[in-house]
Amino acid sequence: MKKKSRVTQTILNLTFIIFCSMIAIPFVMLVSASLSSEQDIIDYGYAIFPRSISFEAYKYVFKNPKSILDAYKTTITFSVTQTFLSVLLSAMFAYPLSKPHLRGKKYLNFYLYFTALFSGGLVPSYILQTRYLHLNDTIWVYIIPGLIGSYHVFMMRTFFKEIPYEITESMMMDGASEYTIFFRSIVPLSKPVLATVALLKFLGNWNSWYTTMLYIDNAELYSLQYLLQKILRDIAFLQEHADLSMSMIMDLMDVPTETVRMAMAIVVAGPALVIFPFFQKYFVKGMTVGAVKG
Amino acid sequence: MKQKKRVKLKKNELQAYSMAVIPVLLVFVFNYLPMVGIVIAFKNYKFGRGIWGSDWVGFDNFKFFFKSSDFTRITWNTLYMNFIFIVLGTVSAIAVALLLYHIKSRKMTKIYQTIMITPNFISWVVASYMVYAFLNPRYGMVNTILEMFGKNSVDWYAKADAWPLILTIAYIWKHVGMDSVLYYASLMGIDSTYFEAAEVDGANRFQVVKSIMLPMLVPLITILTIMKVGGIFNADFGLFYQLTRDSGMLYKTTDVIDTYIFRAMREVGDMGRSAAVGLVQSVVGLILVLTTNHIVKKFNADNALF
Repeated sequence: MKKKSRVTQTILNLTFIIFCSMIAIPFVMLVSASLSSEQDIIDYGYAIFPRSISFEAYKYVFKNPKSILDAYKTTITFSVTQTFLSVLLSAMFAYPLSKPHLRGKKYLNFYLYFTALFSGGLVPSYILQTRYLHLNDTIWVYIIPGLIGSYHVFMMRTFFKEIPYEITESMMMDGASEYTIFFRSIVPLSKPVLATVALLKFLGNWNSWYTTMLYIDNAELYSLQYLLQKILRDIAFLQEHADLSMSMIMDLMDVPTETVRMAMAIVVAGPALVIFPFFQKYFVKGMTVGAVKG
Repeated sequence: MKQKKRVKLKKNELQAYSMAVIPVLLVFVFNYLPMVGIVIAFKNYKFGRGIWGSDWVGFDNFKFFFKSSDFTRITWNTLYMNFIFIVLGTVSAIAVALLLYHIKSRKMTKIYQTIMITPNFISWVVASYMVYAFLNPRYGMVNTILEMFGKNSVDWYAKADAWPLILTIAYIWKHVGMDSVLYYASLMGIDSTYFEAAEVDGANRFQVVKSIMLPMLVPLITILTIMKVGGIFNADFGLFYQLTRDSGMLYKTTDVIDTYIFRAMREVGDMGRSAAVGLVQSVVGLILVLTTNHIVKKFNADNALF
């Protein structure tokens, strides 16, 4: 009996080691490609492990780091601001919705809920933000439009509801205003849900490229992910058209395009990838809370 | 006649409502105002003339779309791909959760979970680099392997037939870890007396899985699936746009409603048609969500969204 169970455990663990390796291979490939020499890629193609280690690609990336630094600056600025404002305002919306005796609450609830059911779609939003609000090509287009999402507000509301009402009641007896109650008792008691929403928001901001693609022309305001997208497409474009002129080919020869691309991806995605897994439990919590209760 | 009662809010209620003023205004501007903009779907929108200055065209934008071959292509691709994602995504997540449940070592379980969840933090842009490393026609790993076996290399970014499979693999790669977490948590919550009783009865491992674990997961599977069906008309734009690098030769199998709306607006510049397709998507989406929510309510009122 004992022996049989050990065999089962070994098989199970082997299965997971193989499965996890398969999941990890794309990450490993990205890192190895960025550390390979351009010649190895040209001669042997992409591989899981590099044939020889070369930092040429990284040197090239950091030779002219302005676009990366700009993108980091922009992305950090709007991610932090957007996340902070969004959590604060969503919580201020969720609080009245969580109060048990507030009259007219159901209208407010429906007002928010309807936005989860129906939307005007891409075109009207686009025209509103560019033609009427003139948010395009400003940092505000990253920050303001997405501040209130019904999903996150409802997540917070569910959490606030669980806080014993006696706490609120006793503070009210002492003549505290709703603002005092909110900032002194609700917010400190709701750290888990606020942290979860903050992380979900931050991840969304950090990985955002769609907003840039739609609304930003100014290269200084590119987000990191959009910069990456552009690099992958633009070098490909150059390669495809390289046979047009000899001088262009010569120019391209100097650029280790394949490895530089991968090095760019590491420089852009790497730091976040190292940090986010530390907050894994919050993301898991966010999913369990969110998926079962809307 | 009943006397009209004026509801007078107490000071505290006013304070509570005042908190919500800014969020309510934001929702009004960014969610409700665009709904007014739906009229664009019934107009021949011209940038110079604005929404109200452009001419009404009735249902022309819709007719144009429904008559074109685009309609069947993008509707089919959206539904077909989402259907595959729902079925294979659910099956793989449950399989992973069941296997993970049987691992005795807590430490190993944690390590496996962390690795499997990591792709969840990757944007589709970065994922498209990884796909490119595999599928690049000249240096990609898949072609290197094909050549090793004496086969001809393939220009993957022009081979439409291969993409439903490629996108499915990418989808599962990104989601399986996170999705299995829910099922795993649900399995961990099963009352241990069931397992003890099964052991007394001499049930083997497969019987336990079949007769205890899977039935226990059924409510969760049902609800998650129904909720996903509610969103079946919406495609993950990033997956279809970034991984394919928006290659026109792949549209046959990879063009979905969301990429079509985007292209009609940004590349073709046909605001009216794009808005019309967007409206169709919103309305069908609304009907689907209302229907599925109604069904969920019948199963379990606690899980209904409203």
